[in-house]
Amino acid sequence: MNAFFAAYLAQDGLSNGAIYCLLALALVLVFAITRVILIPQGDFVSYAAISFASLREGRVPGTVGLMLALTVLAVAIELARDRNRFAPRVLRLAAAPLLLAALAEISPRLHLPAVVDALLATAMVAALGPLLYRIVYRRIAAASTLVLLIVSVALHFVLLGMGLYFFGPEGVRAEPLIDLAFILGAVPIKGQSLLILATCAVLAAALFAIGERSLIGKALRAASINPTGARLMGISTEWSGSLAFLVAALIGGVSGVLISSTTTLYYDSGFLLGLKGFVAGILGGLASFPLAGAGAFALGLLESFASFYASAFKETIVFALIIPILLWRSLAARTGTD
Amino acid sequence: MSLISARNVTVCYGKIAAVKDVSLDIHEGQIVTIVGPNGAGKTTLLSALMGLLPMTGEVSYFGTVSRPGVEALVRAGIGLIPERRELFATLSVEDNLALGGFDRWRAGAEDAAFELAKIYRLFPRLEERRRQVAATLSGGERQMLAMGRALMGRPRLLLLDEPSLGLAPMVMRDIFETISGLRDQGVAILLVEQNARAALRIADHGHVMEAGRFVLSGPASELARNERVSEAYLGVAAAEDPPQE
Ligand SMILES: Nc1ncnc2c1ncn2[C@@H]1O[C@H](COP(=O)(O)OP(=O)(O)O)[C@@H](O)[C@H]1O
Ligand SMILES: [Mg+2]
Repeated sequence: MNAFFAAYLAQDGLSNGAIYCLLALALVLVFAITRVILIPQGDFVSYAAISFASLREGRVPGTVGLMLALTVLAVAIELARDRNRFAPRVLRLAAAPLLLAALAEISPRLHLPAVVDALLATAMVAALGPLLYRIVYRRIAAASTLVLLIVSVALHFVLLGMGLYFFGPEGVRAEPLIDLAFILGAVPIKGQSLLILATCAVLAAALFAIGERSLIGKALRAASINPTGARLMGISTEWSGSLAFLVAALIGGVSGVLISSTTTLYYDSGFLLGLKGFVAGILGGLASFPLAGAGAFALGLLESFASFYASAFKETIVFALIIPILLWRSLAARTGTD
Repeated sequence: MSLISARNVTVCYGKIAAVKDVSLDIHEGQIVTIVGPNGAGKTTLLSALMGLLPMTGEVSYFGTVSRPGVEALVRAGIGLIPERRELFATLSVEDNLALGGFDRWRAGAEDAAFELAKIYRLFPRLEERRRQVAATLSGGERQMLAMGRALMGRPRLLLLDEPSLGLAPMVMRDIFETISGLRDQGVAILLVEQNARAALRIADHGHVMEAGRFVLSGPASELARNERVSEAYLGVAAAEDPPQE
């Protein structure tokens, strides 16, 4: 392989790595705050990609139906829980989804620019996060990590089914948000790759700044450091959990919109992406954001070069190489705590 | 007005009752203390009153009967400083204090900087250590931080679980002084202590708890003179008490 090919593969690897990085950050965030391993993270990616493609084609995306169904369910649960002065709580739950649904419903007539469609698709997927937290996880927030994991796996399969029902089996591929390509020292650079990398950098920096500087970010960190202490400060488990799921779904949404132009995506394509984000997160023990990020980029590059040498075995090579690293990590973790 | 009025409170861990049929009142401007041996159920009672554990019985907070969760009680102006402190170990002292004001900030209060200055005046040590992470503080400083963090929420009622636990005698005296100072500023206090002598000295009203029940109740000064109390607790407490210099 010559330097030209290497640079080309590196570009692909880095932009995929950036997506894995975003997904890994979301997984680490959700795990730190709720102890939930969010297997459905990848489903958010598929949902967002398909929603964005539908909006671009001037169709109302299936996400609207999905979001409304979940909203009705969440409101019903809220009513069953406590009927005292429920109006403000129901409003808080349903306002954003209803607004987004209305917007998506009229969007085909508005001929919105691609950026607005991207934001709308992302926002709809982001709205699914808190709804799912309230419907599925809130009541079992204190359960063991294993129970939470099993529930996550089950939820992933439910979301797969819902994806098939609401989106259908067709694959989608959207136009890139930035239709730009140029040659940099004989290497063709894709604008979309740059956009993906820049978005990853901006989101990671924003997450870092929020966690370090804002009181809300500190409250989220407090909830992960000491849940009891946090509750005594009025930081409820429900609030921090919903917020963590909102951020995770938002990140999933952004990732989905970004990769919708790089590959054909189906309702079930997200899982493999989420899994790679998860592997990257595990490299950091699901606790370290920088390690998870570094792992994600290493994974992206590894995958890109593996696909060059033996494209049929791309996934096999990636996951086979991951095993010794994970073994080493888990041994390191064990000796570390003893 | 009664800040907390609890009637026949029972708290169970599984089938075992750790608090049995306890009744308790705390009025404005009062320090009420609960003294008793290890394992009597004091911590369990405080956790249940704070909404952290389920219980049976009737409790009214600020005159309204209800069983709200911990977040609602925080919002209503009740603070708990737990036995284990539950600090945010990897956050700085200042961040810990800032989070003490989180609920008030969310409710729209804008005086966090003013409150923080007040806490630093009360505990100058915390200001010296403001950039240090909580995990690196000494026992006394941790206790100050726990109190400061709770006071950032401007509670009307403070539930204090063994504030003197593991503290050096000098620090302990400061803490008890701070507690009676708080009462003078209008904060009512429910004080759980094993150091019965020090607790009864500053309290208005006291209860002796043994094996989940209140076995004696009365004005603190009377309890301090009570023979049974002095034999069981003050004798022990006296041995633990610092020699007067
Ligand atoms: N989480 C728990 N699960 C089961 N039993 C507990 C738990 N916490 C405390 N206990 C038991 O309840 C009783 C009261 O404990 P506690 O309230 O901590 O007493 P105190 O604070 O007076 O020392 C003890 O017998 C203790 O062993
Ligand atoms: Mg105790």
